[in-house]
Amino acid sequence: MTMKRLDALCDILPGQRAVVRSLHASEALRRRLLDIGLTPGTEVECVGKSPCGDPTAFLIRGAVIALRAEDSRGILIEPSGGAAVWD
Amino acid sequence: MGLTNASVGAGAMDAGFEIRRQNPNERIVALAGNPNVGKSTVFNALTGMKQHTGNWPGKTVCNAQGRCQTPQNSYVLVDIPGTYSLAAHSAEEEVARAFLCFGGADAAVVVCDATCLERNLNLVLQIMELGLRVIVCVNLLDEARRKRIRIDLEKLSERLGVPVVGVVARHRRTLRALTDVLDAPAEPPRGNGCVRYPDEVERAIDLLLPVLSGERACGLNPRWLALRVLEGDEALHGELRERLGAEFFADAAIASALQAARELLRCADIDDERLRDMIASAPVAAAETLCRGVVSAGKSAGKTDRRLDRILTGRVTAYPIMLLLLAGVFWLTIVGANYPSELLSRLLFGLQTKLTALLCALGAPDWLHGALVHGVYRVLAWVVSVMLPPMAIFFPLFTLLEDAGYLPRVAFNLDCPFRRCRACGKQALTMCMGFGCNAAGVVGCRIIDSPRERLLAVLTNSFVPCNGRFPTLIAVITMFFALGGQHASAVAALGLTVVVLLGVGMTFAVTRLLSASVLRGVPSSFVLELPPYRPPQVGRVIVRSVFDRTLFVLGRAAAVAAPAGLVIWLAANVAVGGRSLLEIGASALDPIGRLMGLDGVILMAFILGFPANEIVVPIMVMAYLSQGTLAEVDSLTQLRAILVDHGWTWVTALNTVLFMLMHWPCSTTLLTVHRETGSWRWTALAAAIPTVCGVSACVLVRLVAALCGV
Repeated sequence: MTMKRLDALCDILPGQRAVVRSLHASEALRRRLLDIGLTPGTEVECVGKSPCGDPTAFLIRGAVIALRAEDSRGILIEPSGGAAVWD
Repeated sequence: MGLTNASVGAGAMDAGFEIRRQNPNERIVALAGNPNVGKSTVFNALTGMKQHTGNWPGKTVCNAQGRCQTPQNSYVLVDIPGTYSLAAHSAEEEVARAFLCFGGADAAVVVCDATCLERNLNLVLQIMELGLRVIVCVNLLDEARRKRIRIDLEKLSERLGVPVVGVVARHRRTLRALTDVLDAPAEPPRGNGCVRYPDEVERAIDLLLPVLSGERACGLNPRWLALRVLEGDEALHGELRERLGAEFFADAAIASALQAARELLRCADIDDERLRDMIASAPVAAAETLCRGVVSAGKSAGKTDRRLDRILTGRVTAYPIMLLLLAGVFWLTIVGANYPSELLSRLLFGLQTKLTALLCALGAPDWLHGALVHGVYRVLAWVVSVMLPPMAIFFPLFTLLEDAGYLPRVAFNLDCPFRRCRACGKQALTMCMGFGCNAAGVVGCRIIDSPRERLLAVLTNSFVPCNGRFPTLIAVITMFFALGGQHASAVAALGLTVVVLLGVGMTFAVTRLLSASVLRGVPSSFVLELPPYRPPQVGRVIVRSVFDRTLFVLGRAAAVAAPAGLVIWLAANVAVGGRSLLEIGASALDPIGRLMGLDGVILMAFILGFPANEIVVPIMVMAYLSQGTLAEVDSLTQLRAILVDHGWTWVTALNTVLFMLMHWPCSTTLLTVHRETGSWRWTALAAAIPTVCGVSACVLVRLVAALCGV
């Protein structure tokens, strides 16, 4: 069976874009993420990493927001622009 | 560094719900918006007040209010902390939500950032649901234009059904449009607002509406109330119980309607988690739809910012640049302060001679002359001449960095080490505020979401030397480690940088230690917005930081210094059993002082300097001088000579610097800690931690020096 592989937001590299599919995080964090506009279907671009590699800055609905890998691990994504990755 | 009259000082802090109307006709207008969209700039422009502004999210942590007079009405404007939504996560956001929901505002002006309007509309839509009269104020239009973002304000207003005005808050005249709309009669509210929830949720709301309308809602919008009752947010429910009465949730009609609504949702397979997600996502989706055809984005948006970020937060460059900026700011402060400091002290001590002559001519008795000139005046002169120049240079420099948007990048860069200490990167922002004033830094800790991490930041804030301490640090470092020589200023700046880095290192160490002991826990989540870089308004920054901050801080120091000068003079001149009180105190403290490589006088000066660190050195000097000859102290060279005469070596100087960096915070800071934590236990800990660190460091240095035979 072929299936779309879902990566986590913490896996994308600077310059890459992705579309949010679903959020898997604690109640408080999920609400915070929804409030800043990270709803399913939102396109996100990774714009840079901090000197240690974590946290990472993402362009979300026109604003740059830094998230830790720990918190963005539960944000499942798929590559944007229709270039879906198939196993 | 939210450092103004409003943000520091006992009791001056939270305007909270107490609205100060001058007459009953004044209307209350809440100024809301996402963090860092220029609310405070709008507030200042409208009220003529000087609420501090800066380019970083979370600068306003408490409500500030001011008055605004238009041709037709007078308004009380309340500047509330920035928030992304009405679902509060942190203490400052709770302040915002509480005011919007229950503060009794007649209208809300929601300030939006034109460069990311869509995200901002989420909050607009949520506030509209409250049933408040909403006016959307789209700010930063100039920045949007630069980024080639075009916004059709008319179309937006039509779609939202509320007035929308575009402004550039930095240019006051553009705010005319806003006051015109405020003065205009309110438009009738339109239906249910713009947010439509999924059908099942709408049906659940419909079930609740009949029981929530009318008197039970106490003036709250029934639809909004229905959503909140369904959502079951614990913190908000507590607040609702407080406002609506405990019997609200016990009401039989409400309870049965709620049960029916829950049943309906359960049948549709919507559990609590999914329901909350639906409620949170609906306004986001609505904002997206609203913006379609209203906002057209430019292609190159943010390109320069990304390029700057690559340097300022780059793997190789980030930390060296931070260090360079820190040392650079210190160097400019020291170099720039040298000359005016000398000039001021010559002027002020010259004035002392004239004052003496005047008092003699008036035939004032000796004790009065002593108390006024040697007591009050001399301490004041020291505080002014040593404190004023560095502050007048440091504050504008720092404000420039702040205005440009550099501080959130510092938090971004430092989050990794803070995470390793199980704390939050935003602690870096509170430390930056600490440079201005530790009390302001402690209040600023409200930007941290998790209570545990906020406490960590509160307890360690005083490891950053505030402006009351670093001019003293500069003076001692200059006298003993960098006097004379070609590169004296550079050496002093380097010395100060090392001292500050030591403070930062201690912050990390103590934070880590606390999170492994009394404040055990794992780091919580971290969501930090990196705002666009903005060219700082140099002129305004200088005027603002000199007049608002510098003179304010100086005034506060002087207010403490004058009476302290009198008290110290009395202590030095009132004798009991042939010895002055000062001598008795100093000799009692001497053994402990010596153990720490200091002496009794220094230790006593630190204790007496509890109300304000600025007066520690003048107390020391007065105590020394009262024991020996009276000399005029109008330069650091002379001061150094006095100190050396009283047995100071470089070890004494080093230990004084260390103890200045780490000892009990001043009384204002401790009172603020108590207010923020609500506990004397944490307050005691906030005093004990730096004291223990400072004493240990001093004892250690003394032991090492003794071993090396110094």
